[in-house]
Amino acid sequence: MDPIQIIFIVVALVVLAAAVMVVTTPNLVRAALWLVLALFGTAGAYVLLNAGFIAVAQVVIYIGAISILMIFAVMLTRRVMTDSGPQTHQTWWLPALLSAALFAGLVWMLSGWSGFEASMPAYSDANQVVELGVALVSPEGFLIPFEVASVLLSAALIGAIYVAWDRD
Amino acid sequence: MDFLTNPVDAIREWLLGLMANMPAPWPDVIVNLLGVVVVASFGLGLVIILVWVERKVAARFQDRFGPNRVGPYGLFQTVADILKLFTKEDTTPDNADKPVYNLAPILSLFSVLLIWAVIPFSKDWLGTDLNVGVLYIVAVGSLGALAVLMAGWSSNNKFALLGAFRTVAQLVSYEVPLVISILIPVLLARSMGVHAIVDAQDTFFGMFFFMAPIAAVIFFISSIAEVGRTPFDLLEAESEIVAGFHIEYSGAKFAMIFAGEFLHAFTIAVLTATLFFGGWRGPGAEAYPILGWVYFMAKSLGVYLIVSWIRSTLPRIRIDHMLSFNWKYLTPLALATLIVTALLTKILEGQAVWYQSLVMFLSNVVLFLIANEIVKWRESKKPGRQVVGQPRPVARPPAEPAAEAEA
Amino acid sequence: MIPLSWFLIFSAALFSIGLYGVLARKNAVAILMSMELMLNAININIVAFWRYTNPSDSAGQVFAVMVFAVTAAEVAVGLALVISLYRRRRTVVAEDINMLKW
Repeated sequence: MDPIQIIFIVVALVVLAAAVMVVTTPNLVRAALWLVLALFGTAGAYVLLNAGFIAVAQVVIYIGAISILMIFAVMLTRRVMTDSGPQTHQTWWLPALLSAALFAGLVWMLSGWSGFEASMPAYSDANQVVELGVALVSPEGFLIPFEVASVLLSAALIGAIYVAWDRD
Repeated sequence: MDFLTNPVDAIREWLLGLMANMPAPWPDVIVNLLGVVVVASFGLGLVIILVWVERKVAARFQDRFGPNRVGPYGLFQTVADILKLFTKEDTTPDNADKPVYNLAPILSLFSVLLIWAVIPFSKDWLGTDLNVGVLYIVAVGSLGALAVLMAGWSSNNKFALLGAFRTVAQLVSYEVPLVISILIPVLLARSMGVHAIVDAQDTFFGMFFFMAPIAAVIFFISSIAEVGRTPFDLLEAESEIVAGFHIEYSGAKFAMIFAGEFLHAFTIAVLTATLFFGGWRGPGAEAYPILGWVYFMAKSLGVYLIVSWIRSTLPRIRIDHMLSFNWKYLTPLALATLIVTALLTKILEGQAVWYQSLVMFLSNVVLFLIANEIVKWRESKKPGRQVVGQPRPVARPPAEPAAEAEA
Repeated sequence: MIPLSWFLIFSAALFSIGLYGVLARKNAVAILMSMELMLNAININIVAFWRYTNPSDSAGQVFAVMVFAVTAAEVAVGLALVISLYRRRRTVVAEDINMLKW
């Protein structure tokens, strides 16, 4: 067993365990904190894939901003300090069956693909950030999706402020 | 002589020589782990000296001596403080969420120590050579906000929760000018790695402080707000919301939060010195790495002294003033500086360094003057103080001495 | 070395767990949290395919960055809606928000 394989197994187990805790724990603030752990583990998975910029961007965007937003939303929308009632539907076995079937289906379908057991090609990430930057702003690259994404974020910003404004 | 000029490399060679018989990856792994321990211990050990420096400096600004009884010049005062904090009772509030309550101070100290991994202490003396170092610093700095929220919520105390909300609002707001102003050295050095930013500050006039003074000042002010020191310490001052998010912490956990804050204050001094003043650069620093470390510590301590100076001098800022200062002044100014710097960097490509520095410095001065004019114009459009009602009666002597003389 | 199959199975498992959360949870904020898990699984998938097929082309990373932007926008608007709903109807249970049902 390679040390890298051991690290990957540890990271994957941490993320999956944290994800299971997110969807099952009845205490919502705990669920938000388990989500933070899952997102951290995902950043670790990105580092294993040599995508350093994406890993750090994941920590900044998800853990620095989105998790705090989720925790605020949980804390601002509860009536009492303790949660009340069951947090999953009574027919929870049906979604469980459905997601297990989806997982099995995805794995079976992908294992029939020829490139399923591919190994990592060589890659040096010395110029990774420069290439990504050039790709994002060059007209032959991805300039238009970049601009559309910024318009989307502006629209989301304005929309969120307007929707959540206290108009009484 | 070799050991004196470059102790880190000398010790490293000696350790690798000791472990030459071990199988292949282990000597490097062990030496790297020892390096991690050294950097973390350096940071934590520095807190002990920093608390003493802080108390002495604050005392001198207030025209008194400061601690001078425990040890020579009061040097062991911090040890006495730590002993006191560790022997205090370690209370946990009723109905608190125990795992989260215990994890919050650890996370708060952890997020500060992680920043020390990418700072270059001297030429080739650095933790790790990330080429996205600056973004890593921003990412790790935002973990502190999460720790504050965890601490405030798990204390099962409404005031702690309110204090935590306010703190997170301040921290998240001041991250915006921080990130924008940190992009300016990245722009000037053409790389996001911290070692590359230090390497690009070759000469004295090539220091990024001369090329982008507004960015340095905005970074400095936003970092002070991120740490939560005066004048931005509304959130944890004892006369305000009863010490804020760490009301329910006592003993060793409070010591961890306290140490994390002091270390964070020194870390922002280190970051300002590294990004804007050239870090370990100085005469003779390339040949003798130990001189580089001396310059680095001198510059960081100089900036830390300025942080202490500001703390001892300025009054606290009210929360609505603080937020309006951020969103209506710092963020637009940072964005404007970024745009102007990006334009000028492209236009002045290839000129001499002193010429670039001069033009960019002048452009920053012009931007600052324009920002001042805009602020003055905004203030003049506000309605002045209005007089409501009748003017008050004022006592006067009787009006007509001639009529009285006649009568 | 890690074969591609490990990453694909990992992201498929994370996606299924997220799907279970979206379908089984009652609280609207919990549903949004499970959606975050699904979007993260998708992102891992994209970056894994980028790394294993053509790492010198930046298109995979740009795709991942776009997914970050879309996720952030969606979470912001979703949470704003949840807070606005809580103000009007005093509940965040997804089943109780049924005024438009016929």
